[in-house]
Amino acid sequence: MMSAPSVKQLPPPPVDRREVLRYAGHTGAGVEEPLALLLEECIKETLPRLRYRVVWQELPLPLSGFDPTERMAMEARLSGCRSVVMFAATVGVEMDRLITRYSRLRPAKAELLDALGSERIEALCDAFCEALAAEKKGEGLLIAPRFSPGYGKLPLTAQRELIALLDASRKIGLTLNESLLMSPTKSVTAIVGIYEESV
Amino acid sequence: MNFKSFIGEHIFLLDGGMGTLLQAEGLQPGELPERWNLTHPDVITAVHRRYFEAGSNVVNTNTFGANCLKFDRAELEKIISAAVANARRAAAESSGTQPKFVALDIGPTGRMLKPYGDLDFEDAVAVFAETVRLGVKYGADLIFIETMNDSYETKAAVLAAKENSALPVLVSNAYGEDGKLMTGATPEAMVAMLEGLGADAVGVNCSLGPKALRPVVEEYLRVASVPVFFKPNAGLPRVVEGKTVYDVAPTDFADEVAALLGCGVRGAGGCCGTTPAYIEALAALAKGLQPQPIDDKQRTVISSYTHAVVFDREPILIGERINPTGKKRFKEALRAGDMDYILQEGIAEEERGAQVLDVNVGLPEINEPETLTAAVTELQAVLDLPLQLDTSDPVAMERALRRYNGKAMLNSVNGKKESMAAVFPLAKKYGGVVVALTLDESGIPTGAEERVEIARRILREAEHYGIPRKDLIFDPLALTVSADGTAAKETLRAVRMIREELGCHTSLGVSNVSFGLPARDAVNSTYFAMALSAGLSAAIMNPHSTEMMKTYHAYRALAGLDENCSGFIAFSETLPVAQTAVSVPVTHKTVSENASRLQEAVVKGLRERAAALTAELIKTEPPLSLVERELIPALNEVGVGFEEKRVFLPQLLMSAEAAKAAFEVIKSAVSGGTQRNGKTVILATVKGDIHDIGKNIVRLLLENYGFSVVDLGKDVSPEEIAREAVRLHAPLVGLSALMTTTVPAMAETIALLRTEAPWCRVMVGGAVLTQEYADSIGADRYAHDAMGAVRYAEELLRT
Repeated sequence: MMSAPSVKQLPPPPVDRREVLRYAGHTGAGVEEPLALLLEECIKETLPRLRYRVVWQELPLPLSGFDPTERMAMEARLSGCRSVVMFAATVGVEMDRLITRYSRLRPAKAELLDALGSERIEALCDAFCEALAAEKKGEGLLIAPRFSPGYGKLPLTAQRELIALLDASRKIGLTLNESLLMSPTKSVTAIVGIYEESV
Repeated sequence: MNFKSFIGEHIFLLDGGMGTLLQAEGLQPGELPERWNLTHPDVITAVHRRYFEAGSNVVNTNTFGANCLKFDRAELEKIISAAVANARRAAAESSGTQPKFVALDIGPTGRMLKPYGDLDFEDAVAVFAETVRLGVKYGADLIFIETMNDSYETKAAVLAAKENSALPVLVSNAYGEDGKLMTGATPEAMVAMLEGLGADAVGVNCSLGPKALRPVVEEYLRVASVPVFFKPNAGLPRVVEGKTVYDVAPTDFADEVAALLGCGVRGAGGCCGTTPAYIEALAALAKGLQPQPIDDKQRTVISSYTHAVVFDREPILIGERINPTGKKRFKEALRAGDMDYILQEGIAEEERGAQVLDVNVGLPEINEPETLTAAVTELQAVLDLPLQLDTSDPVAMERALRRYNGKAMLNSVNGKKESMAAVFPLAKKYGGVVVALTLDESGIPTGAEERVEIARRILREAEHYGIPRKDLIFDPLALTVSADGTAAKETLRAVRMIREELGCHTSLGVSNVSFGLPARDAVNSTYFAMALSAGLSAAIMNPHSTEMMKTYHAYRALAGLDENCSGFIAFSETLPVAQTAVSVPVTHKTVSENASRLQEAVVKGLRERAAALTAELIKTEPPLSLVERELIPALNEVGVGFEEKRVFLPQLLMSAEAAKAAFEVIKSAVSGGTQRNGKTVILATVKGDIHDIGKNIVRLLLENYGFSVVDLGKDVSPEEIAREAVRLHAPLVGLSALMTTTVPAMAETIALLRTEAPWCRVMVGGAVLTQEYADSIGADRYAHDAMGAVRYAEELLRT
């Protein structure tokens, strides 16, 4: 008997404004008032529309059932781990709608919204991993830094298997298009190794 | 027995989960369960049989993902044929004596529809159509569309079912914890759309347990006029010792679901985690229950992809601004195929409080079916207001209606035979609330009685087409009071009679009444108030008219529709205290001071201020000098700052937007002054890439610097780019790509341009590009950022 993926909706993580500006290409120290106001406008308009959804599943190592190249790439990064949590997260398609809404009429706002979306999905992944770390700590386990398909040796095609495994389109509305792009765009699939403290 | 008549009179039991049972039988992760119809027919038949024996009336074939995106045609046909046969065999072999039906099960494609995914709406319809035709061919009794979490995909599936079969269609959606679909639709919006499309029953399945979904089901019962069914999960899954268990036991599940059968739900079963034991427990409780009558809720309702708008006591504001009549800028935009103008109007109307948007793009020289469909597609991608499709061309009406993500308003039909014969079949097929004008072959009658008579005739004719009274809204036509002093009063009498005698809702294009008069706002808003108190349900109006909005909010407060007058108070706070918000006194003496203030507004990125200052300055300064003496220096200051890394991208963009706002003011003040250097630059995001923010930034800046930009959008094929470059004999093409995977498409585009348009220079940009990359694919220039693109365009074209 196998286990099924679990789903949850997380409370909105706090917004890191500095991080949003950094994503938008603002690496300076001070922020002038018009920009600060525009950022607040974006945050106010966006936050009520987002839903922070995650679907995940813990699998024993060694893995079974993946494409051999992908499996090897994953396992190479998971050496010393006893299990692995695979997850997919998304803030939903409303973020894309907002970005599209302004992209042709107000590119400055669209750029900030896009940056905000990037900050939101990263914050969601961080929040999920923090909760996972806390849970595992109780069992005397630690979690490794997360990694995603398309980085390092793990090909982007692993996205397909991850999303299928997690039933992500049904569980959280995350789909993949033909060129392996995720919709909604502010989404992440990732892999987290779980290891024992002594290792 | 006929399924439709069966569900009309009985409570019907559906089946339970399939996936978990197959996993117990050895289905491996990653293995497609649909194949088991062929490889393990006995296992599949046994599961079906257990459900029939537990008491199910309807068993779904094991075809959740059986579609031509996952299987090739030959295998798909084998799978569906076997799936139906397996379920049929189970029905024949099971011992139960209840009426038994086999439903062709259809789940989502797993792909997102355009514009947020890459599956075209018509392609989705075609995918579902293939499955439906095979289901019909192999003898399914009904079609069961389920677990849909997007309204648009649901529409595609229902259309495919209706167009390719005469079978009953049951449609079930999966709602999240927030009581909405993943893409935002409320239960009320879904029921409106699905009833419009002719679903025979509507339901809720998957995602959560019976308790958590109860509010969604209750909402269905409140609004639906067709049978409602319910197929929840056995609660939420938990992993216990490596095994998934669901937290609601069969008896508790049955108690909770049966309670809803007592409240009017007609059909019930289970989804993930439920087994024949759940259905058996449910069947035992359902036995003693009498089906509740299903009544027509008589709701006049339209919907968007998120929400429904109901015509009832609350007056509905329909924004009239998306209409080229009398608007030179709009006509220009339409001829140029520029959708931004329409989007901008729509967004502005929404921000001003419109609840529905009228969309009219009728101009003699444009292709209306194409333009209306494009406008609807673009508007519904970014706005969540329901749309009123305003066209006299039935072809345009059908094409736009088909693509519409919800239940639209159709504007309009009238008492002429020909009009009704053209519009009513569309309303019947796609759903919609039809605005019916009370005029006929002999024109608009003067008297209210005659107009009401036409309304009656329209009602009778609609009935022949199967369109219920609730889906008609009458417009008894506001006529110009300056031409006939009694015209306005007579229309109001008709409004009252239609409401009271026919029990129907009404809508008026209020602004017509003041045609030819000065101070039209005063006349319009007073007439609006009179019409509302005569029982008017909706007005097509200008939401930018403060007088009209005052009347609307005051009326709601006075008519007892606004608790504690809170809506009115909130509205009043948006009214300007004095009319001098950003007004700038301009005299010749202060021009230079204002001018430097305009520069400052642009540099600081103050959009509204830049527009207001420009509006003042344009009265005294020639447009060209405004551009060259104020806007360009301001842009240059910011541009240089950006290049020197003193100014960052968001600030550069805000300044560009402020300059654009100023240019817009100049454009509407002077005609033909839009292309200051007349050089055309084509921009596109290459094929396969859907990221276009960077490209839009380049476009904005190029436009600010006076280039005429033809923006081909995103995901554009090499052929289309080359074709446009040739057609426009464009000297410069800018290509953008954000992903490494789409750079080859960029190389391909450049190669094609070299052969098709050898005169044309190509600049490239985007996150993954570097100078080396650009060189290797043969680009003329790598634009490191948006200013780089502007500089190259200037270098190349300003000679």
